[in-house]
Amino acid sequence: MKHWYMLTLVGKDRPGIVAHLTSALFEGGCNLGEASMMRLGGNFTIMLMVEFQGRTRQLDELVAPVAESMDLHHHVDRIEGHLHQHLEPDVRITVYGADEAGIVARVTGALAEAGLHILDFESDVAGSEAEPIYVMTIEGHAAEGIEALQSALDIVTESGVEARLTPVQTMIG
Amino acid sequence: MAILDILTYPDERLKRIAEPVDRFDEELHAFLAVLEETMEAGPGGVGIAAPQVDRLQRIAIVDCSKARKPVSNHGRLFLINPEITEWEGMEVGREGCMSVPDYTGNVIRAERISVSALGPDGESQEYLFEGFEAKAVQHEVDHLDGLLFLDRLVSRRNDLFRRKSYQKSKKSNS
Repeated sequence: MKHWYMLTLVGKDRPGIVAHLTSALFEGGCNLGEASMMRLGGNFTIMLMVEFQGRTRQLDELVAPVAESMDLHHHVDRIEGHLHQHLEPDVRITVYGADEAGIVARVTGALAEAGLHILDFESDVAGSEAEPIYVMTIEGHAAEGIEALQSALDIVTESGVEARLTPVQTMIG
Repeated sequence: MAILDILTYPDERLKRIAEPVDRFDEELHAFLAVLEETMEAGPGGVGIAAPQVDRLQRIAIVDCSKARKPVSNHGRLFLINPEITEWEGMEVGREGCMSVPDYTGNVIRAERISVSALGPDGESQEYLFEGFEAKAVQHEVDHLDGLLFLDRLVSRRNDLFRRKSYQKSKKSNS
């Protein structure tokens, strides 16, 4: 019986991580699903759906040598998820401002209260060491409508961050 | 009326270049009616092109009055042998396709286009499309050239959304 697992790996970034890992998984009989992989602060991070005929421990044993060879921490969870469970975002929000502790909590707190279900969140710190700026891009579903989110953002922006909300209407052709 | 089967990728027939229409007869009119019905049967579809139902001809229907949220539109359009003659502006939008189930992605399209096309009886038509409707027309014309929106995907990090940053966002309108 095949099961879906969520495989998480983190470690110092270097070239070849994805190729090494996915070759080992392929040779071990795994099938890959949806994934998010990116470099964050000089680390490389992987979240990867893996379909595997076997138990958690067997997948762990398959991944361990390749993870170790590239100095990556790894973690395996059996998940209930499946493919083809996409939710469509209907709003995109970008926020930026001088970096200070609490921006994300303030913005996402206000948006959550206004009905935002976050489907995708990316953020980055740019600018200089002395004057960092925080930039985030959020895609989500506005359960209580776009106006509620805009009102929430209007309040948040009074505290000095810039925010822009763009409705997303998916065109199906 | 019958609904036609929609080809879905990886069916290679979606990647062929369609031929111009040269006969504007009752058979064509009957096909347009069935094609429209097929488009309407698809969930949320605002356009369809003949190659999607395995008819290799330059025929598309766009109907943005069917959009989930209202957008400016010309109603239901039969576009035969359409040619995009002018492009202006660029905008990223999210697209999906009846021929690519369970996937949507970001695509760059022109914001405004001029289009010459023929109608169901071969009559010349000129249109100026913008926004959502312009994207729909470009998506359908792509089908006639064997292109899917998958051929035009951009990274979500490719942030052309900033296009509107010169005008302050619509904060004050709400």
